Amino acid sequence: MSFNNLDQLYRSVIMDHYKKPRNKGSLDENSVTIDMNNPTCGDRIHLTLKLNGEIVEDARFDGEGCSISMSSASMMTEAIKGKDINEALNYADVFSKMMLGEDIDEDIIDELGDVAALQGVAKFPARIKCATLAWKAMEKGVKEEPK
Amino acid sequence: MNEFRKDFPILNQEVNGHPLVYLDSAATSQKPKQVLDVIRRYYDLDNSNVHRGVHTLGNRATDSYEGSREKVRKFINAKSTKEIIYTRGTTTSLNTVASGYGRQHVEEGDEIIISYMEHHSNLIPWQQLAKEKKAVLKYLDLEEDGTITLETVRNTITDKTKIVAITMASNVLGTINPIKEIAEIAHAHGAIIVVDAAQAAPHMPIDVQDLDADFLGFSGHKMGGPTGIGVLYGKEALLEEMDPIEFGGEMIDFVDLYESTWKELPWKFEGGTPNIAGAIGLGAAIDYLTEIGLENIANHEHELVEYALQEMDKIGGLSIYGPRDPNQRCGLITFNLEGVHPHDLATVLDMNGIAIRAGHHCAQPLMKWLSCSATARASFYIYNTKQDIDRLVEGLRGAKEYFNDVF
Repeated sequence: MSFNNLDQLYRSVIMDHYKKPRNKGSLDENSVTIDMNNPTCGDRIHLTLKLNGEIVEDARFDGEGCSISMSSASMMTEAIKGKDINEALNYADVFSKMMLGEDIDEDIIDELGDVAALQGVAKFPARIKCATLAWKAMEKGVKEEPK
Repeated sequence: MNEFRKDFPILNQEVNGHPLVYLDSAATSQKPKQVLDVIRRYYDLDNSNVHRGVHTLGNRATDSYEGSREKVRKFINAKSTKEIIYTRGTTTSLNTVASGYGRQHVEEGDEIIISYMEHHSNLIPWQQLAKEKKAVLKYLDLEEDGTITLETVRNTITDKTKIVAITMASNVLGTINPIKEIAEIAHAHGAIIVVDAAQAAPHMPIDVQDLDADFLGFSGHKMGGPTGIGVLYGKEALLEEMDPIEFGGEMIDFVDLYESTWKELPWKFEGGTPNIAGAIGLGAAIDYLTEIGLENIANHEHELVEYALQEMDKIGGLSIYGPRDPNQRCGLITFNLEGVHPHDLATVLDMNGIAIRAGHHCAQPLMKWLSCSATARASFYIYNTKQDIDRLVEGLRGAKEYFNDVF
């Protein structure tokens, strides 16, 4: 058995978010609700966002999926809470680039916090969709909200 | 049975630094070089369109293409090659029955019966047909071990039932269904039976006359053949009254400005230039399997499943779905390991050279029945060995330790 390569994918910070997800649950009916799934593997996310003008005041998620998809959702909600919608969308953009294995500006990596731990996913093409599910849901949510 | 491994050059490689263990044959099987050689030879020497050329290559291509149809006929013991229609695969075969026979015969209030263990390809066509015709879609209940009893079948089929569509072997539970007995009950109520044999044809002998199946579909790529070729078997009388689904070249008898007539069976269902190389490759796969003997293949997989069940049972926290009796199941095992999501499990195993499937296996209603969103599946074929299972078991133990102890 070899686990060296796996350690690039599974970091303790990822497993920590998987086992103890942050912002788990659902916000009230006044929030923006997005349901998304990954039809090829069955992962699904239920994301609720509380928007106040341009600010993402709160975010909660619920769902089912692997450690990558659920930890990514947990990290994403942490990263965008209190942020401006445009900032959140920029983070989603940065995250997509991260999944493509592109170089990311160090300052933004710092801002993203735990999200940076998912960088290793880029080396596992079959798992990229797991990681991006929550971000796609968030993008949809903030774009749908009429401004 | 390791004597067959040498026929599958793909198996002789390392994946992520480990010798490949391929345990995903239920998704698609590997192809023996005997099949690959035949396809190569066809393109090298005979490639031409079928049924239209006067020239020699056209004749050779047509002979091989139609020769394969005879091999398919013999393989499932159909009465005539008129009953063998080439399709893209099981999905197309089943859709053809739903939109051909189904649309012509199902009316408002009629019943269509399927089971909870159906693959989406034997579920959605019937769901859509039922919606269109305002017919009633009924599901055969499963027992706790993932089997269907004849009592359930008797209690579900009524005189209003027009179609019973069921899988011969489940791609998730591994359950082998008593098709012959179900057909008898269906026929007693005037219904027809449509059999999804995608997971059966590669692994066990099939005799459509003995089963008394009205329609039966399977795919070439799960039985050593190429992708993009499959078969729809139908009783001649039923196919005869069925209208073509696709119109165009190849399938016509005579075309006038406002009217056309169709070729006879089976060609009226084969519009357009067919997958000639695929059909020929399927014929070669049938030759290959027939030479080994379907009984021998079934026995080999049986042994592997029995061994795998026994070894996997020793791993704590591992749950196995489907019947416990190896005699009731085909060569696959679907399972979950406590605390490790199937996708994570599949990644860990892949890093150790072991290919398994993880996900909902195109059977979401069944996943709901099992109360899980995803499962892992290991499936076996002629080229697999007990050593492969040992590698799997070692991998599962490693994954369990990795996720439970490292983090």
